[in-house]
Amino acid sequence: MLSPLLSPLAYEFIRNALIAGILVGILCPVVGTYLIVQRMTLLGNVIAHAVLPGLAIAHFLTIDILWGAFVSGLLSSFATNWIRAQTRIKVDAAMALTLASFFALGVILITRLESRLDLDAFLFGDILSVTVKDVWQTALITGVILLLVKLFYKELLFYTFDPLGAQAMGLPIQVINVGLMAAITLTIILGMKTVGVILVTSLIVGPAITAYLLVKELHQMMALGGLIGALSSVIGLYLSYFLDLPSGPAIALTVFGFFLLGLLLRPVCNLNRENSVGKKLGKKYRSQKSEVSQELEPDA
Amino acid sequence: MLEVSNLSVNYRGIRALDNISLTLSPRELVGLIGPNGAGKSTLIKAILGLVSFQGKVQFRGKPLRRQRQRVAYVPQRSQIDWDYPVTAWNVVMMALTPSIGWLREPDHRVKQAVSAALDRVDMLPLRHRQIGQLSGGQQQRVFLARALAQQADLFLMDEPFTGIDQKTEAIMLEVFADLKRKGKTLLVCSHEWGQALSRYDRLLLINRQLLANDRPQVVMTMENLHRAYGQSLQTTMGGNAMGFSFC
Repeated sequence: MLSPLLSPLAYEFIRNALIAGILVGILCPVVGTYLIVQRMTLLGNVIAHAVLPGLAIAHFLTIDILWGAFVSGLLSSFATNWIRAQTRIKVDAAMALTLASFFALGVILITRLESRLDLDAFLFGDILSVTVKDVWQTALITGVILLLVKLFYKELLFYTFDPLGAQAMGLPIQVINVGLMAAITLTIILGMKTVGVILVTSLIVGPAITAYLLVKELHQMMALGGLIGALSSVIGLYLSYFLDLPSGPAIALTVFGFFLLGLLLRPVCNLNRENSVGKKLGKKYRSQKSEVSQELEPDA
Repeated sequence: MLEVSNLSVNYRGIRALDNISLTLSPRELVGLIGPNGAGKSTLIKAILGLVSFQGKVQFRGKPLRRQRQRVAYVPQRSQIDWDYPVTAWNVVMMALTPSIGWLREPDHRVKQAVSAALDRVDMLPLRHRQIGQLSGGQQQRVFLARALAQQADLFLMDEPFTGIDQKTEAIMLEVFADLKRKGKTLLVCSHEWGQALSRYDRLLLINRQLLANDRPQVVMTMENLHRAYGQSLQTTMGGNAMGFSFC
């Protein structure tokens, strides 16, 4: 019964694609969670498009395109923040301008430098061309970013929840912000290879917001989001293999399928959560029963 | 003692605060009042070093920016995203982030401090609730617990009495009295009027400049209020003029 599912694994390029897809499927929602809670999901889109000038220059200079894309993507997030801080322009307008300007610069550079950069692969991803070297690079970067998120979880939680409070208490918020932007940029570059720049937002945002509907804590959002992201990559790749679909869009639509499932499950999860809170309170604070029941009814 | 000397703030070409000097002593509950846009929140943020300013802010003889952990800050409600996926427990835990230190997990001592702070504001039973599932008053108590858990010496609070229920107000006033007894200093930015202002030991009336700085009965004169609120005084007071009975 399993043999149809195992048959694609006979091909090395499918095995590479699956491993890369699972890694990126875990990483994108973990990092994307920070974008969502800061209401900055569009920034993912900005960085994804803004890596193009860096890709063109790195390709021209024959250096690793990862670094060109990284510098370019990071510059775009700084540009957005700078415009927002220096003027009364709102962040959404700053992001829209940065996205278009960096992308335009990228297209001009590709033309002028007569680059043979594959724009189709850039826009829509080409997970089936992932090499063993790419898989190792993805594994290394995923491991480092997940470790850093674990190590600095409490600082990142404080900063993304209440940046002024974190600053007031002396946390180095500039350093935290740059670190976060660097992690987001690297994640997007890895995601680009899997689903392309246009669809990378689906892996960054989709699994994490599905998890957001069902849980109440940031780390739960990351864990469930990572699981949904990895499953989406695997299911999307299998759909792509068996139904002869483009892999990037197949993964993106699987992500959306999970979101619809999350919407359906939301009322059940919320009910269970309320019941478990009620049971715990009832057991521990039976003596304060009347007071607790009063507390359970929000008075706002 | 907190000493603010010649503090001025420019914000995008506008003089938001002009040459403010004041001192706050231990065991003092001080109210900060003034019309909308007078710079109340900006003054609190400048003291905390959250906006750039000219002038000097010292606490116990040293620059305050070097002893931030001795200052607790309760932000305005509008500054917080109440849909953020975090529980009341973890909000209070944030107060101890610097003292836990980088790369370290909270230990038993930290958890006890969080538990005690939540218990003090009667929020321990609801500690596992996501903050958006709490009422306005309960949310404000969670932020008060966060300030308490920090075990600071100076408390700066931006409109803590906005949108709260009677139970929360009573708990907050009890906590303020406790903190005063323990020698702490409290500065509370407020939009209150009338008798509620008599709870403060001292009032600072500002409108970009410090207009009055004295006991509530001395500050709340028609002359001072006209200087602060100008033509908008009648609108601001509305039907609450009777509340001025103590002036």
